[in-house]
Amino acid sequence: MSKPRRLEVEDSGDISVVNFVDKKILDEQNIQMIGDDLFRLVDELGRRKIILNFGNVEFLSSAALGKLITMNRKVQAVRGKLILCNITKEIREVFEITKLDKLFTITGDEQSALQAF
Amino acid sequence: MGQQFVIPSDLEDARRVQEEIESAVKPFFTEGDAFAVKMAVEESLVNAIKHGNQMDRAKSVRVQLDISPEAVAVHITDEGPGFNPDDVPDPTAPENLERPCGRGLLLIRYYMSDVSFRNSGRTIVLTKNRKK
Repeated sequence: MSKPRRLEVEDSGDISVVNFVDKKILDEQNIQMIGDDLFRLVDELGRRKIILNFGNVEFLSSAALGKLITMNRKVQAVRGKLILCNITKEIREVFEITKLDKLFTITGDEQSALQAF
Repeated sequence: MGQQFVIPSDLEDARRVQEEIESAVKPFFTEGDAFAVKMAVEESLVNAIKHGNQMDRAKSVRVQLDISPEAVAVHITDEGPGFNPDDVPDPTAPENLERPCGRGLLLIRYYMSDVSFRNSGRTIVLTKNRKK
């Protein structure tokens, strides 16, 4: 059985724009698959400039934050840049409570993310 | 109004309980407060299953949901060794900021009106007051 896709990736020049298929990022198995797919972008496909568009995401758990932190480290290790955008008010608050808004670059919409490179 | 659930240490079962609680509390809260309850219940269930019961399916998690005109209370009890919440490091401290885990309790405390522990940390009691 083929693995269901958890991410949709579109390339805009040398920038990869990632959209999440899931509205809720909390299931352990899904988070693992999302992490694997994200890491593959850097490790196998050599992408250095990545935008994560959260437009479709209504809920995420702290386990998902862990994967995003690991992804951020991975991108920084290859001197790339990871930008998060289109985050709902509620999820933005999760980043603020955990102070991860200081760790990640977060912009408003996708356009401003594209311009931030 | 009270409801009880007993589930094995399985995240799929936790998901079902989470959804039942979500639909039960939704009519009583604003969208923001419903998000808050969902976040706290999700993090507490995952803590009970992963850290409390160590994913041992032979061990159960008991969930008690009580809805009153003033508040929603959720008791979540695991069968693990218990823990001291004061021992959990502050995930917002600069040296911990990049640690991939350890943020659940912070989120639970932020989103709930009151959080307490009983039974040597095996039971967490989440209370969310309803705005008048």
